[in-house]
Amino acid sequence: MANNNTLISVQDLKVYFRTSHECARAVDGISFEVRKEETVCLVGESGCGKTVSALSILGLIPTPSGEIAGGRILFQDKNLLELDEEDMQKVRGNRIAMVFQEPLTSLNPVFTIEDQIGEAIRIHKNVGAKELRDRCFKLLKDVGIPSPVQRLKDYPHQLSGGQRQRVMIAMALACDPDLIIADEPTTALDVTVQAQILRLLKSFQKTRSMSVLYITHDLGVVANIADRVYVMYSGIITEQGNTAQIFHDARHPYTQGLLASLPSRSKRGKRLYSIPGTVPNPAYKPAGCPFHPRCPHAIPTCAKEYPQMCDFGQGHLARCPVLFEGGDDTNK
Amino acid sequence: MNIEEKGFNQDFQFEAPMAPKRTRLQEFWLLFRQNRLAILGLFIFILFFCCAIMGLFMTSGPDPLFDPAMIRLQEKLRPPLAKPNLYSLRHEEIPCLGFYLMGTDDLGRDVFARMLQGAWVSLTVGFVAVGISVLIGIFMGGVAGYFGQHHIRVDHILMTILLIAGAGLVMANSIRFGAVLLCLTLTYIFYSFFTQNRSREKYVPSWAKVFRKNAVSMDTLIMRIVDIMLCFPSFFLILTVVALLPASIYNIMIVIGLTSWMGTTRFVRAEFLSLREQDFVAAVKTLGAGNFRIIFRHMMPNAIAPVLVSATIGIATAILTEAGLSFLGFGVPPPHATWGNILSDGKNFIFDAPWLTFIPGIAILIVVLSFNLFGEGLRDVLNPKLRERH
Repeated sequence: MANNNTLISVQDLKVYFRTSHECARAVDGISFEVRKEETVCLVGESGCGKTVSALSILGLIPTPSGEIAGGRILFQDKNLLELDEEDMQKVRGNRIAMVFQEPLTSLNPVFTIEDQIGEAIRIHKNVGAKELRDRCFKLLKDVGIPSPVQRLKDYPHQLSGGQRQRVMIAMALACDPDLIIADEPTTALDVTVQAQILRLLKSFQKTRSMSVLYITHDLGVVANIADRVYVMYSGIITEQGNTAQIFHDARHPYTQGLLASLPSRSKRGKRLYSIPGTVPNPAYKPAGCPFHPRCPHAIPTCAKEYPQMCDFGQGHLARCPVLFEGGDDTNK
Repeated sequence: MNIEEKGFNQDFQFEAPMAPKRTRLQEFWLLFRQNRLAILGLFIFILFFCCAIMGLFMTSGPDPLFDPAMIRLQEKLRPPLAKPNLYSLRHEEIPCLGFYLMGTDDLGRDVFARMLQGAWVSLTVGFVAVGISVLIGIFMGGVAGYFGQHHIRVDHILMTILLIAGAGLVMANSIRFGAVLLCLTLTYIFYSFFTQNRSREKYVPSWAKVFRKNAVSMDTLIMRIVDIMLCFPSFFLILTVVALLPASIYNIMIVIGLTSWMGTTRFVRAEFLSLREQDFVAAVKTLGAGNFRIIFRHMMPNAIAPVLVSATIGIATAILTEAGLSFLGFGVPPPHATWGNILSDGKNFIFDAPWLTFIPGIAILIVVLSFNLFGEGLRDVLNPKLRERH
């Protein structure tokens, strides 16, 4: 599975959160990979383990309660889970950077923009004050903030939401990382700004040859930027494939349900479809396929057997044997 | 001005209209200025500060301008603004102002000179004691707030007890046994320090697991220590300690500092508990910052506001405590003047020479009040929730 082109490959990652009397299996054995210069989207409802997977790549699962119960995260052929805290700090911000969901609260209110963008450089690289300033200026200019010289001395509360998210991106880019994890970076922004931020990320990916792991629940965004898509449900990956396969040829009932609940022109005037039921409590997941209580195609075996990944060809995999067998003849 | 004049080069950028640039300090000052009482407090504080520093230079040295220790028995209990009897005084005994600004005491010493000397004592006691208590408070509160969930294991507690026991034995002249104990303990500490990151794979025998059990969380330990400290009637604790220790101004500063850090600890802990969950702390973590950097560079500036306020009010309390100790005779030893012992010397002559008690008393009142007003003003500005009260 891992070839030379793979930047990071997560294999069978399990992240559990233990409390005194129960154990929430937030991430329950997911595997995915991000290749060089590729945008990969991790899609799923809230609470399906997207953010937890991202945080575990950076080794930021809150200990005592959280625990990585198994799996490997190979980043440039090193297992990140085996690194100690000191080595991990050298990876964070330097090789892997993260952009957060809430630009409003992700900037420290008491420091200027310049201080915060320079922070990553100050931590990882040994540069003089003059060069630091130049780099901050260049980064701010690159992310498209008007009159960067004046903005460097501004405090976060003086910027708008979109500008703050640009600053967050500048912070993430500061050390030229190989991978940027973007955790719903556009959720808190309005739609016009959203498009700008997406375009910005896309352009940096080309010019700086980095990979982006984009975490979102917004299928519109996915269609816009993704090369490949992983659909997550309740801590597992239910379907994976390239963007066209997912959007035009979805093979998992969950993905189909998600797509059906998107508003579109053809459904005008009709009531919007929604998947019945709710996401299972991660501490009490149903046996077998976690989606079966909400699945329109469920058969009795779904409640008993944990579904295996079925190969639909050309890297398109879905964890639904029912539709795989049913769809066999249409494939041939 | 038209477009041609500005030039059409590509570097040109239109300047968006911007809000007037103010630094945080300027904004802070704008808000603070509205509170007149706080400004008054600040003004008196600056005045007091200048007096104390000038007082230090004018009352010390081999030939001071105002000599607080100069005894003129023939000039005793002169009222404020009284002219000295120039014929009965030697040249160097004549006060340099030409009159006694605040009168003289029962030994004919110039009260103004003594007040100046005492101002410096009050100032240093206030600042050093609060400095000590804030440092301890920030450290303890920071540890409790940031590392609060970490557990202290049984072996940690055992090692602490052994360390203290070892040090005690060494100090009690049983050096050989104590040193062995200390060496063993330190070896274990270094051993566990170097192996802590690899504990997952290491095989631990079952009897040793007892030592690895979690005893209490860091937060519980520190906050219970705070509770215990708060239960002491601290003034009497200070009295006891000062009675045991040799009387010196430094001992008083240290003792006041060591008994007043609990409030700061609680503030800092509360701030850290909420700051730790903030997104910007997570964001800084993803940039690869270590714990030390996160605590002191990123969280501390956000948590410092309530500490500053409590420190200002703490200075007032420390000055008051020192005055109280000196009044009771436990403070700074007698030849040195402090406001407290001027007051206590004066109380014997309260009907004959009321200025001896009024002057230091009012000075203490004004300084303490000004610090409290200033502190309240600071709190109103630094805590936006209280801003709209006026």
